Formats: sequence, C-alpha cells, structure tokens
Amino acid sequence: MVSRAALATLAVLLLVGCAKPMRDDLYVLMPDQDGKTGALSVESGGQQAVLDQPYASARVTEPGRVAAGPITEQEARRAFGAALDAQPARPTSFILYFLEARDELTPDSRQLLGRIIDEIARRPAPEIVVIGHTDRVGPVPYNDTLSLRRAERVRDELVKVGIAADRIRVEGRGEREPLVPTPDGVAEPRNRRVEISVR
Amino acid sequence: MNRMVLSLVVVVAALGAAPAGAQEAGHVKVAKGAVQIERAGQKVPATLGAVVQAGDVVVTGADGSVGITFLDNSLLSAGPNSVLAIDRFAFDSTTHQGSFESSLKKGTLAVVSGKLAKQSPDAMKVKTPAAVLGVRGTEFLVRTGDPKND
Repeated sequence: MVSRAALATLAVLLLVGCAKPMRDDLYVLMPDQDGKTGALSVESGGQQAVLDQPYASARVTEPGRVAAGPITEQEARRAFGAALDAQPARPTSFILYFLEARDELTPDSRQLLGRIIDEIARRPAPEIVVIGHTDRVGPVPYNDTLSLRRAERVRDELVKVGIAADRIRVEGRGEREPLVPTPDGVAEPRNRRVEISVR
Repeated sequence: MNRMVLSLVVVVAALGAAPAGAQEAGHVKVAKGAVQIERAGQKVPATLGAVVQAGDVVVTGADGSVGITFLDNSLLSAGPNSVLAIDRFAFDSTTHQGSFESSLKKGTLAVVSGKLAKQSPDAMKVKTPAAVLGVRGTEFLVRTGDPKND
C-alpha cells in the first residue's frame, strides 16, 4: 500500500528535484507609515496572490508558481536594504495663517515658518509649491490679488534664507478653496492661509 | 487694477516657466554610486534633481541606488544592479487621475504609492518579467531576477 504521505513526499522530492528555480522573485507588502496597510495583488502566469497584511510576501520561482507566506521585518530589510535606504523623503505640507486683509503672517505662523525652512533645507533638490488663499470678505478680484500676494510673501521669505526661487511655484486661488466653507462676506481666520507643499 | 494686471502677468509667467515637457514624470532625489538614465538611446547620469520622463530606463550599477519622487508623490527607489523602466506616466494634478506603469527588469525596488493609486485602484501597475502587481494604495517591495544571469 502506497500511503498518502509517501505520495506527498514523492511529490515534494520531484518538485525539489526540478533543478534550480528559474527565478528568485520576492514581493513584500509593507505597513504604511501611517500605520495602515494597503493591498498588493501579485499575478503570474494565471496564478494570483493578494497580499493584505504587513510583511505578507509572495515568491515566484517561475511564471505561474506563486507561493505566499509571511517574512520577517529583518528578512525584508536584508533583501531590500539599499532600495529602502534610497527612498526619497516623504512629501509633506504645511499651512501658514495670515492677518485679516493683509499679507502678514500671524505670530504663531511666523514661528512655524522657521520649522518649515529647516524641513526644506534638509531635502535634496526640493520642489516647493506655495498656494495662497483668502476668506470671503471682499470682492473676488481683490481676493485673487491678496491670495497671490500672500503666496509671494512666503516665497520671498524662503528665497531670503537661500532657497532657490526656481524651485518654488507660486499660485493664488483667492476665496475659491476655503478650508472652512462660509457664506460670502464672512471673516474666517482659518481661510486666510498659504499652503506649502514640499517634496 | 494695475496690481491685478501685474499679478495676472506673474501667474502667466509662472506657468510659462514650468518645464514644458509634457512627459516629465518625476525627479531624482537620491543618487548613490553609478546611476544612469537611458533616454532615446542616450545615457545621462542621474544627478540630484534630474528629470525622469515617461519612457526612461533607470539603471543602477553594482554600487548604485536611486530614489525618485514622481509628480503624484509616488516614491520609487531601486537598489544595486537594477533596471527600472518608466513605461507610462500621466497625472492630472487637479483630478488626480491618470496612470503609472513601470517595469522592474531586474534588481530591487521599494515603492510608496501616491495620489494616482489613491484616486483609482487600477491606476498604478508594476511589472516584472514574471509578474504583474496591482497596487491598492500602499507600500511594497519588489525583487526580480534570473539567478542564472546574475
């Protein structure tokens, strides 16, 4: 009687005996920096694995042969250290607030500006987008001009500390994109702002 | 009124100053060791700040690694002995729609997906010679290679 176990052993031996694997592919899902984990589908030769847990992985030794299973953080680090070390800094953004009807920063935001400058200075080849906004007091054309002046004011502060002007794009959106929606004519400090995106 | 006209001029000038290449996809932010960009049969060194376009192939040497930030905030970084092709990149910065397809021919790759994958689950694909990866807004690692040829 040929036992089921013996057949299984034979099958494993046959698989192992099939020369060297043709490929050494490894796919690993990482936890996101914000603690959530997305999902990755790995499709090869009609076979599919869906990875949806941190450090879930799939190995493909030849097209159509997909083996899923977890690996450790250390194993991932060992296999991908150089690629992980070369990851660019995460894009980030900041909001600075302004005094009513003016292109002067609030005292709190003036302090924050120093931190933003430090953050930009740390980044190689930074790309910076500065977008000015207003609240809904005053006519639309006035606010268009004011929003752009606010953005330009921030740009000038960045240029003053040595950040190249050609790395900074400036836009004014007027009162069109309030952070806090209000009826027209309402003063809202949270809408008097400049958003700075850095990457 | 004059000020309005002036600010309009500034806006137009700022738009005009943006790099004209519609194929601009990203910029090199990290470059260590030998890293080259192959474009239309030419090889250019991938220096800090260099533009990466759709159609480019990024190649790292035995001591090389490279990190690229794309216009949709996707981050791709490759380790040594890697060949990464940017097959397709289209990104509408207003709607966040478009598509991003790349191929890792060999080597190692770390990916942080950006606004494209967040907007639409099918917008981002990474291929290797053996597999196609579908990205649902996430971070992941890819190694591919034929051991006999390495």
